[in-house]
Amino acid sequence: MRFAVTRACGGGGGRARVGALYIGGCTTAPIETPSLLISTRKGLPTFVSRDHLATLPTPDSLLLHVSPLHFLDCPSSKTISNIGGLHRMLGLHEHFFVAAPRDSLESLPESEGTNKLGASFETPCGRRLVIKPSAYVEKIASLKPNLWASMADEVPAWVSEKRNKTSVDRTLRWLDECLALDPASGKTMLGVVVGGSNIEERKHCAIEVATRNVPGFWIGGFGLGENVEERSALLNAVTDNLPEEKVRFISGLSLPEEVLQGVASGIDLFDSTYIYHLTLGGFALIFPFKILDHNNLDFQLDDTVGDRTKINLRATIYRKDTTPIVANCSCFTCQNHTRAYINHLLNVHEMLAHILLEIHNTHHYLGFFRAMREAIKGGKFDLFRHRFIESRRIHLTSAVLCS
Amino acid sequence: MALKFEVLGKFNRARAARLALPHFVCQTPLFMPVGTQGLCFRLQALSIESTSSVCTIKGLTNNQLEEIGCQIILGNTYHLALRPGAELIDDLGGLHKFMNWKRALLTDSGGFQMVSLLHLADITEQGVTFQSPVDAKPMLLTPEESIQIQNKIGADIIMALDDVVKTTITGPRIEEAMYRTLRWIDRCIAVTIFVIFHVISWAHSRTAHKRPDEQNLFGIVQGGLDPVLRVNAILIKAIISRDICVRGMVDRNLPGYAIGGLSGGEDKDSFWRVVAQCTAALPEDKPRYVMGVGYPLDIVVCSALGADMYDCVYPTRTARFGTALIPEGLLKLKNQAMANDERPIDPTCLCMVCKNYTRAYLHCIVTKDPMGSQLVSYHNLSYMMRLSKDLHTSIVEGRFPEFVQGFLRVQFPRGDIPEWVCNAMEVAGIDISTCCAP
Repeated sequence: MRFAVTRACGGGGGRARVGALYIGGCTTAPIETPSLLISTRKGLPTFVSRDHLATLPTPDSLLLHVSPLHFLDCPSSKTISNIGGLHRMLGLHEHFFVAAPRDSLESLPESEGTNKLGASFETPCGRRLVIKPSAYVEKIASLKPNLWASMADEVPAWVSEKRNKTSVDRTLRWLDECLALDPASGKTMLGVVVGGSNIEERKHCAIEVATRNVPGFWIGGFGLGENVEERSALLNAVTDNLPEEKVRFISGLSLPEEVLQGVASGIDLFDSTYIYHLTLGGFALIFPFKILDHNNLDFQLDDTVGDRTKINLRATIYRKDTTPIVANCSCFTCQNHTRAYINHLLNVHEMLAHILLEIHNTHHYLGFFRAMREAIKGGKFDLFRHRFIESRRIHLTSAVLCS
Repeated sequence: MALKFEVLGKFNRARAARLALPHFVCQTPLFMPVGTQGLCFRLQALSIESTSSVCTIKGLTNNQLEEIGCQIILGNTYHLALRPGAELIDDLGGLHKFMNWKRALLTDSGGFQMVSLLHLADITEQGVTFQSPVDAKPMLLTPEESIQIQNKIGADIIMALDDVVKTTITGPRIEEAMYRTLRWIDRCIAVTIFVIFHVISWAHSRTAHKRPDEQNLFGIVQGGLDPVLRVNAILIKAIISRDICVRGMVDRNLPGYAIGGLSGGEDKDSFWRVVAQCTAALPEDKPRYVMGVGYPLDIVVCSALGADMYDCVYPTRTARFGTALIPEGLLKLKNQAMANDERPIDPTCLCMVCKNYTRAYLHCIVTKDPMGSQLVSYHNLSYMMRLSKDLHTSIVEGRFPEFVQGFLRVQFPRGDIPEWVCNAMEVAGIDISTCCAP
């Protein structure tokens, strides 16, 4: 793996940057950042099988997030090793897996159970799972992801100062433990930065982690109840103290506005649950992201139900809508099926609805990231961000005026 | 007629054929996946009535279905008429267009679902009366209406509404069902503006089947079973009933025939005998569809006896419980023994799942994650398509008995082939003595 910043937005203190992530293997073209880590469950997307995954834009769609916690029960580490690790086990040989325990869906950091021995997570089985660095590293060794985050003690925004400080010390200690246990001595490790909602702690943690010899960083502890207004300052406190040339991942920033916020602070890669939640809810993304193309943006409400971000395909107005989710979208779903058909599938509780939606939503969100990169390259990221947010506010304003 | 059936090869009663339908040219014997889930499972799983879906095969997309060799899929008229509704489908250009399926479709009449699913469903001479699942109003599905709904849906093959009786029923009800089915088929056929090739014409003036040149109306042979060992007046009637029904159906010169009233828990010995009886009496040059079948072994036996088409929810339903179909029989992926098994489901299978996934990994995801059921469904349907192709090709290439022997040897390595299979193969004229234990 190699990472290089290819374009910094520069000027006016902008921290947004475009990077190139060379993932090796047969893939020679780099993955441009900022980009998205596709969420997985036991290594595979929730609904999109490998053959449909291959129809999504490449190389962007080669980046997958995986949680080692999904594999604690089975298969055994020995079996995973025998099979040959994640890539062989999942039939995704060309893909790039980034492992981090937290997946914001199933494996949620559960700070009360975390103690000096290990990190605690809520799991779908209901039970709390406490995992020690040694067990974690062992699992990682069998899975062989391309990159993996060290273990962290992620705490929500409302914990005491003392608890927050403990989380930083503990996270640093676990980072060093993982480094020591790692047979590759951290060559594929991402140092995790925490610090909660305390600017000083964030800064302190970032400075410390930056001294370790790791190829990149995973920024934890966000999306756990912090104030959106405070968030930028906290993010900047981290990114300002990390080396420019190394890659930065983050979890917990899912929505487009949150991603924009993260990009503005210099984050490169995002583990987002947005697509998952949209898909399960029967929503399809429709928001336009080529918003720099127009000089005069026209944000009149059209007749779609809901906001201009997404449509709820369960709504009866789509019963006879024979148009694709988004006109001219080149995804499998839009090329083959109509809103009416997906509406029907949702009404009869068919899994195919979610498969088609996950394909489209992933395709669409990857397009959003691409548009962001174009904006950064053109030196227009701030304008892009401003227009995007305004376009969603205008809809709400109009709705208020109409009522 | 919107169908051409051409036998390409035979072995005794078994045949391999080319079935040309408006949307696709198929090879028989063939298995048709069902776009509807068997409702019992759904009721348990979701505790909501009538939640079965239509026209999607448990998580497979159209291109995946095409890739595994699926030729015809079955749509369920009852469910489609409820959701999204026949009018809507018609307005949007028919079911093919609605779901963007380019190959063939078959719809059933809706009768079976009604009788098995609905509260207070009852059959009268007029049709099937039932309580609407939407608002509990009394409703009636007539043969004419079933056809009209199916016309709107637009499948390549449509089924006549038949008077379905449980296979385990005995007595005068069987005879009643059989004669009524014949009367109903006439109402189904009724009039159309027949574009006719044959002298027999039905000059009725009401319209029912409007699209004989685009859709093919199959008749269903009903008439109960005859448990061979119990010979008494009522049961002899059952055999005669079937005979009469068959002859009645044949007289009406339909494009194809279905053998119904099976797959309902009858014993295997009765099952094969009914199939044999019907295939013997049905015309050679028309396709024969055994409804609701089924297990791979049953399909092999029925093909040996001269049947051509099959449908069943079994492969996809069993997939959701983590059970995979393999040449040896069944593989229960949830079994603890699978947890560290690094082999694919079936080393001889070339499907996407077997080329990429181990039993150990699948063991982790079946019944727990949606992807688990998707992948096992994909494999199970691939298996059924491969079986269909093997049946067709082995007959065409003149090695059908060898295929059957090979199939049985792998499923029964100890030679303990069930007696009903042996009896059926004897009638089919296939020597399986080398597969049976001495």
